[in-house]
Amino acid sequence: MMVREALNSALDEEMSADPKVLLMGEEVGEYQGAYKISKGLLEKYGPERVLDTPITEAGFTGIGVGAAFYGLKPIVEFMTFNFSMQAIDHIINSAAKTSYMSAGQISVPIVFRGPNGAAAGVGAQHSQCYASWYASCPGLKVLAPYSSEDARGLLKAAIRDPDPVVFLENELLYGESFPVSAEVLDSSFCLPIGKAKIEREGKDVTITAFSKMVGYALKAAEILAKDGISAEIINLRSIRPLDRPAINASVRKTNRLVTVEEGFPQHGVGAEICASIIEDSFGYLDAPVERITGADVPMPYAANLERMALPQVDDIVRAARRACYRSVPMAAAQSY
Amino acid sequence: MVLGRAFEDMCAQMYYRGKMFGFVHLYNGQEAVSTGFIKLLKKEDYVVSTYRDHVHALSKGVPARAVMSELFGKTTGCCRGQGGSMHMFSKEHNLLGGFAFIGEGIPVATGAAFTSKYKREVLKEGDSEDVTLAFFGDGTCNNGQFFECLNLAALWKLPIVFVVENNLWAIGMSHLRATSDPEIWKKGPAFGMPGVHVDGMDVLKVREVAKAAIGRARRGEGPTLVECETYRFRGHSLADPDELRDPAEKAHYAARDPIISLKKYIIEKSLASEAELKVIEKKIDEVVEDAVEFANESPLPPRSQLLENVFADPKGFGIGPDGRYRCEDPKFTEGTAHV
Repeated sequence: MMVREALNSALDEEMSADPKVLLMGEEVGEYQGAYKISKGLLEKYGPERVLDTPITEAGFTGIGVGAAFYGLKPIVEFMTFNFSMQAIDHIINSAAKTSYMSAGQISVPIVFRGPNGAAAGVGAQHSQCYASWYASCPGLKVLAPYSSEDARGLLKAAIRDPDPVVFLENELLYGESFPVSAEVLDSSFCLPIGKAKIEREGKDVTITAFSKMVGYALKAAEILAKDGISAEIINLRSIRPLDRPAINASVRKTNRLVTVEEGFPQHGVGAEICASIIEDSFGYLDAPVERITGADVPMPYAANLERMALPQVDDIVRAARRACYRSVPMAAAQSY
Repeated sequence: MVLGRAFEDMCAQMYYRGKMFGFVHLYNGQEAVSTGFIKLLKKEDYVVSTYRDHVHALSKGVPARAVMSELFGKTTGCCRGQGGSMHMFSKEHNLLGGFAFIGEGIPVATGAAFTSKYKREVLKEGDSEDVTLAFFGDGTCNNGQFFECLNLAALWKLPIVFVVENNLWAIGMSHLRATSDPEIWKKGPAFGMPGVHVDGMDVLKVREVAKAAIGRARRGEGPTLVECETYRFRGHSLADPDELRDPAEKAHYAARDPIISLKKYIIEKSLASEAELKVIEKKIDEVVEDAVEFANESPLPPRSQLLENVFADPKGFGIGPDGRYRCEDPKFTEGTAHV
C-alpha cells in the first residue's frame, strides 16, 4: 500500500466515522490535494466538510483553531510545513497553550498535517524540517510516520486525539509502497502516540531515525551487517512525546548510539535524544553519541550541493563505524 | 516579450530533459505585464516578484545566461546556483527576488519603497524618488500581508506600484471561488489610493497605465494599485497537469496572446516589416540557445561553496572545538570540515 493511499484511507475512514471531522487547506478539494492525499474526499463528503481555502495560512489556521475550541475536529493541511510559519502563531499560541491557560476547560482537538523536510531541488524556503521546532513546544504532540502502517495508524490516532497534533509527512515518501497486514487495513486500526518501533533488531549500535531517514538507516544497516556490525534501527514515530524508555533500553543493550535526522543540527531532535540518553544511561555508553543531521546551511538549490547538505546512507554508515571502533578518547587525543 | 516567451519555452524543454528540477513556474501569456511595466523603469528602481520571476528578471536586465545558469544550478547563475527558479536576486539590477510564499514579497517591496523615500527626505540623496514595483497574483490579494502593506504605503505615501497579475487561477482554485469581491482594483480606494483595472494581454494599454502609476510614485504622490487581467498559458508549475481549467477559457485567452497582438499592430501600422520581426525572433532564439550552452558548460558549484553566504560575517558559525573561529580553519573554507 502506498503511503499516499494509507493517508487517504485514514482520512476517509475518520471522516465517515465522525461528522465533526473536517478537512481544510489549499487545493484539498477540487484539485484533489496538492499531493493527491485528499483525492475523492470532496466528492464523498461535500464542500462543507472538505474546504478549499484561499492562500491565507494565518487566516484559515486561526479559523480551524477556533472551530476546535467549539467542539469540531478540523484537520488543517499545509501545502508544506514551511508554509505553516505564516500560521505558527495560531499553532503555538492559540492551539498548543490553550488547554493549559484555561486549566483544562477548553481542549483543542486539531490536527495540522502536511509534508515536512526536503524534497528534490525545491530550494531553501521549501526544504526545512520542522520536527525540532514543534517538538520543543509544550502542549503539542508531534508525529512523524515512515511506512504506510505508520501513516494510517498515526493519522487515525492524531484525528481521534483531543489535543493539537502536528503530523509531519514527507513528500518523497508519498509514492513509496510498503506491505501491510490485514490488521492495518481494518478501520479501527490505531497506533499509540508516544511509542517508537524497532524496525530491525541488532546488538552493536543503536540508530534512531524518523520519517525518510528510517529508510536510509535500514540501508545503512545492510551495509554495516557486511562488516559484522549489527545495527538496531529505531523508528521514532513520535517526536513529542519522545519514546525515551525504548531508546534507553536499546542503548543499554548495544552501548552505542547514532541519531539521524534531516533537519538543522543545532537544537535538533538528535541533540534532545543525546541529552536525554546521557541523563538516563550515561554509564552504559561505550562511545560518545554521534549525530547525523542536515548541514548547518539553508538548503542550496544546485543538485550536488543539496546532496551534500542532506544526510546520505554513507554518512550513517561512517558514523556507526566511528561509534563502534572508537573507545572513549582522552580530550587531547580526539581526532575527527 | 519574445525573449520572455522563448526563454520560458526553453525552460520547459530543459526541465523535461532533466537539466532543471524542483519547482519551475512559467510565465507564458503574461509577458505584456512584465514588459509593459519594467521597461519604463530606471536601473535604480526596484522590482520585487514572486516565484514566477524568470521573465521579471529578464525584463529588468539580468542576462539570460545568468538566469539560465541559475536554473541549471550552476555556479555562474545570478545567485551562484544557491537560489534557484523561485529566488532570483540581483543587486546590480535591483531585482529583490524571487519569493516563494505569496504575499511575502509585498512587505519587502514596501520596505524598499520606504528606503527610497527615506534616502531622499532624511539623507538628502538624489532629487527624484526611486520607484518600487511589487508583482503578485490574484491569490495574494486575499492575504493579510497585502492589506497591511496597502495601508502603510498609502499612509506614508510610499513610491510603490502594486501590480496584480490577475491570471484568474491559483493552482486549481479559481479566483472567483476564493474571493468575496473578485474586482481587485476596488481594494485600492478602500485604502486611499487609486485602483486601476487594465487589460493585461495588451502591452500598449499596460504601458499607458504603468506610465501614469510610475509617474505618480516618482512625483511623491503615493502608491497605486493596478490590476492587470491576464492569463497563464501553461499550468501553475511544470508539475501541474492543468486539468481543471476549462479549455474554452484557455482558447479565449490564447486568441489574445500579447505577442501575436503586438505583431499584428506593428505590421498594420507599418512600424516594421514582417521580415524585420523575423530577424528579431531569430536573434532571440540565438540568445536563448547561447544561454543554454553557457549554462550547460558552466561548472557545478564547488564543495567549498556549500558553507558560503550563510552569514555576511562568517564568524556567525561560531567557535570550533580547537578554540578558534570555525571560519578561520582552512578546512572550513575548503569545505572539508565537518558541519
